[in-house]
Amino acid sequence: MAQHSSKGARFQAVTANRLSDGEVVYLTPDNQWAETFAAADITDGPEAGDALLARALPADFELHVLEPYLFEVLQDASHFKPASVREIIRAAGPTVRLDLGKQADAKRES
Amino acid sequence: MYRYDEFDHQLVGERVKQFRGQVERRVSGELSEDAFKPLRLMNGVYLQLHAYMLRVAIPYGTLSSKQLRMQAHIARKYDRGYGHFTTRQNIQFNWPALNKIPDLLEELATVEMHAIQTSGNCIRNVTSDQYAAAIDGEVEDPRIISEIIRQWSTFHPEFTYLPRKFKIAVTGHDNDRAAIKLHDIGIVIKQNELGDVGYEIHVGGGQGRTPFIAKKMADFVPKAQLLAYLEAVMRVYNMLGRRDNSYKARIKIMVHETGEVEMRRLIEAEFAKIDASQMLAVPPAEIDRISAYFASPEFETLPASSDVLEAAKTRDADFARWVRANVVAHKQDGYAIVNISLKPIGGVPGDASDVQMEAVADLAERYSFDEIRVTHEQNLVLPHIRLHDLKTVYDALHAHDLATANLGLISDTIACPGLDYCNLANARSIPLAQEISERFADLDRQYDIGELKIKISGCINACGHHHVGHIGILGVDKKGTEFYQISLGGSADENASIGKITGRAFTEETIVDAIETVVTTYTDVREGGERFIDTYRRVGLDPFKERLYAE
Repeated sequence: MAQHSSKGARFQAVTANRLSDGEVVYLTPDNQWAETFAAADITDGPEAGDALLARALPADFELHVLEPYLFEVLQDASHFKPASVREIIRAAGPTVRLDLGKQADAKRES
Repeated sequence: MYRYDEFDHQLVGERVKQFRGQVERRVSGELSEDAFKPLRLMNGVYLQLHAYMLRVAIPYGTLSSKQLRMQAHIARKYDRGYGHFTTRQNIQFNWPALNKIPDLLEELATVEMHAIQTSGNCIRNVTSDQYAAAIDGEVEDPRIISEIIRQWSTFHPEFTYLPRKFKIAVTGHDNDRAAIKLHDIGIVIKQNELGDVGYEIHVGGGQGRTPFIAKKMADFVPKAQLLAYLEAVMRVYNMLGRRDNSYKARIKIMVHETGEVEMRRLIEAEFAKIDASQMLAVPPAEIDRISAYFASPEFETLPASSDVLEAAKTRDADFARWVRANVVAHKQDGYAIVNISLKPIGGVPGDASDVQMEAVADLAERYSFDEIRVTHEQNLVLPHIRLHDLKTVYDALHAHDLATANLGLISDTIACPGLDYCNLANARSIPLAQEISERFADLDRQYDIGELKIKISGCINACGHHHVGHIGILGVDKKGTEFYQISLGGSADENASIGKITGRAFTEETIVDAIETVVTTYTDVREGGERFIDTYRRVGLDPFKERLYAE
């Protein structure tokens, strides 16, 4: 499984891609897969992270998502945001096509 | 153009049906992802950052207008209105839904195209010279033997599970536009003293983590023996190539570790056995049959120059600049080869919208004997345009933002999809290509700089060919932040070379300034009409390093 979190990471969330269309999804506090990072369950501390990932691995999820993994999240004032450029891009869409991906959906909804 | 025979139709049709069943079983849960992943990859379906990606093969880079229109249709119906032309003469769609891909493939098959063997450890799409059958000085149209290789390598049962992927490129010209020395096997069509046509074979080139220029393994393999020779290379590799470490599994590593002399001995021993069996001797009648598909178009007898063209150049300076930069001499008097740059200033290298693809298809149908070519430098070509039609073609291209006059210049950058799309990338490539083209947007400045090939990869896999860029840029990741390493002196042509890294990497904020420093260093020290690569080969890395890292 790909490693997208560091040993020292404090806050983490779990992401995957949806089986049917590859859409980026996040594990929520009530064990659903949501399309927005804002809906992700964010854990504090390495053990809580491991427990979160364990929740994402049951076999029935295999029917809905691909390759769930933990990634590091940073706290910025009261906001959380993904730590790496990769996860920022996954959460938004291609930086060279602002008309595509989640960023475009968010724009349409606002 | 080659047309599918009944076997091609049957193979592709059966494969689409098979994949439809596999997708259904994956979605129903009957197949696990572990079981399904290799199956989807064998059909060109990857999972990228935001969605699935489908890679469609364009054999030896040749498309008919009908085929290109189908790409436009797919972009519109199954994707987000655009496609991305890659460095291996493929087209990629970035957003198809998994459960729609079987329908997509079924439509694709109606124009005799597929996505088979565009992924996985098999022989991939055979690539070739985009000027095939249009350029003067060619020994033979390289697409004939490319098609024979395509047929031999498609579903070849022995080579379906190679140690690693395998790429073959063919050129029929001394000026190599197909980067044959950077391929697992590179083939140069040659004519010997007796006038016979045969093949010079290079083995073990490649980029990625460990770049190598291919070694010449055979000077002249006679025509009828080519498949036997290729089969020998493949068999030696399949038996002895490393499977313990995917980073060391390409044939380039085997050639390097085994040594050129021993490798040649192994191949020749295997070749002798296969050749004696006569199993793979290609019958001349079959070669003739396939050659007939690539018969020269019926060119008109025209004068070597055109008053219409000259008058248009005088009237329209932008058109004159486009002719100078993007139009190449044709072997037939009165015709020209037109390069369509997919690198508009500030645009995404290699991307084309559905509307643009349809516009190019219309032009090909009307003015270029129904042919379009795709280049490994991520541009398109209309191979056979009458000189007196150039202005009309230019105006139509211009109306679709397809007339950027920058072929081979600093803004004609190769860039991989990078971290904007790719699951393997460490850094973004496309924004850098955009910023560089904007920095050097002034065409007069670009012409003054002259031929300069910048190639950008977002990770060490080198899909953006950074190792062979005159200026190569490699994106690296440092704790989740992007950095960019510069290399200089690479080249992908007949004088292929691997670039040398200048030193420590630059940040996203400083990399474009660093590229400008490299360029001004070159313009300061160049002599006479030296191109960048000539100057680099004369002065070496030091003058560039001194300026780049001056405190």
